[in-house]
Amino acid sequence: MSLDDISIKVAADLNSIGSVDALLNEIATRLERFIASGETAMIDLKSLPFSPSEYEALRTALGRGEVSARLETIGDSELYETHYAGVWWVTHYNVEGDVIADLIEIAAVPAILHSQPEDVQDGLERLQRTLSQEK
Amino acid sequence: MEHETLEQRLHEQGISRRSFLKFCAAMATMMALPPGSASAIAATLAKVKRPSVIWLSFQECTGCTESLTRSHSPTLESMIFDMVSLDYHHTLQAASGHAAEQARDDAMKEFHGKYLLLVDGSIPIKDGGVYSTIAGRTNLDMLLEAAEGAAAIVAVGSCAAFGGLPNAQPNPTGAVAVSDLIKDKPIINISGCPPIPAVITGVLAHYLTFGALPALDALGRPKAFYGETIHDRCYRRPMYEQGKFARTFDDEGARNGWCLYELGCKGPTTHNACATTKWNGGTSFPIESGHGCIGCSEPKFWDAGSFYAPLPAPTADIASVAKTAAVVGAAAAVIAGAVDRGKKTQLQQSLVKLTVEDLKGD
Repeated sequence: MSLDDISIKVAADLNSIGSVDALLNEIATRLERFIASGETAMIDLKSLPFSPSEYEALRTALGRGEVSARLETIGDSELYETHYAGVWWVTHYNVEGDVIADLIEIAAVPAILHSQPEDVQDGLERLQRTLSQEK
Repeated sequence: MEHETLEQRLHEQGISRRSFLKFCAAMATMMALPPGSASAIAATLAKVKRPSVIWLSFQECTGCTESLTRSHSPTLESMIFDMVSLDYHHTLQAASGHAAEQARDDAMKEFHGKYLLLVDGSIPIKDGGVYSTIAGRTNLDMLLEAAEGAAAIVAVGSCAAFGGLPNAQPNPTGAVAVSDLIKDKPIINISGCPPIPAVITGVLAHYLTFGALPALDALGRPKAFYGETIHDRCYRRPMYEQGKFARTFDDEGARNGWCLYELGCKGPTTHNACATTKWNGGTSFPIESGHGCIGCSEPKFWDAGSFYAPLPAPTADIASVAKTAAVVGAAAAVIAGAVDRGKKTQLQQSLVKLTVEDLKGD
């Protein structure tokens, strides 16, 4: 038996409170600023009271673009550029697969994809240790 | 002996800075901070010495601990082993008997004035507190002793925060809240029966990041999580505005997901984060599952009448609320609230690097 067998229907249109339109406008404004000044932005989707149908409507409205990436660290993270360049959908999962952060990021590349200086330094040290052992 | 910093701890475990940033992004979300503040949080948190935490369970059902151990963000493991040093929790610790009590005594001595004291459960004070004892000592005695050297006290759950179920009429054991007994320490109330697990960990993360308790409401609850009512953040709120109410649990309205106000939903008078943070790894919250809110994060919720009797009167003039919060206006305000947070946002917008000092602003 699946959820579809339960005779409860969610009236999608009744549940809309206009959040999708408002959010798309917000994204447009942030994109304008990004173009003008390079200012990046993040919008926390978990803080907004979406109904399940509105959330799906947002996904449809933003679509998928050319790039997607996956982090494999303390659970997976899924990142993809939407149909609108510079607008990224970033979803972090924990090891159990629960969503721990769900963000729209306005940037050329999501910040978390950049290599972190601490990790680069650590990597260099490891490489140097390996090289010195091989001598 | 001081505990090492989180950064050292993570480095030893081979956890990358990027992983840590991801973890901080999740915590920023949880603490309702601007999502861009993850790197500022990471910078501070990495340098923090892991504090000693003593957790005392009194007159309670262990539901709060159950809730915390189902905390999906961050995981309990990372929380307990990386962010804090949990030196005593009689349900979770491996030690038992005298060794367990010894661990508490040692932590209280070694970290006197610095440890965080977490309490779940109310404290019975009738007849000298004999109605709940651990290792032959009353809860009352144990609380007073542990509170003396605590830097701050976190009252986890409605029992510790407000007296909760044991305090319900006729209160046979004389159960009281932590704040009824302790007056000279900062106390933060994380109410709920149980509280949302992410709220418990979020408050601890906030304390570690800022070195202070978060902003509290009049009942001592963190505003980030208890600042708004369930009703204000409910996705069924438009139904309320439109006067669309379910009248029984199986009528057309219930099936269509209409407002549960007339079925006794306490959403309008209940402050909590269920409507956005949700439960069970973000799956849903009671109203989304078709049952009204029972108001478990408010004082005396057990004595506030039937869970299924409607609240006595509308909390606001429905017509005027509908007028001022026109559909798009309401949604826009909601979004502005999420991404525009005064100075924090200005700082982000002016490309100045955000620090934890700036986040402390309010």
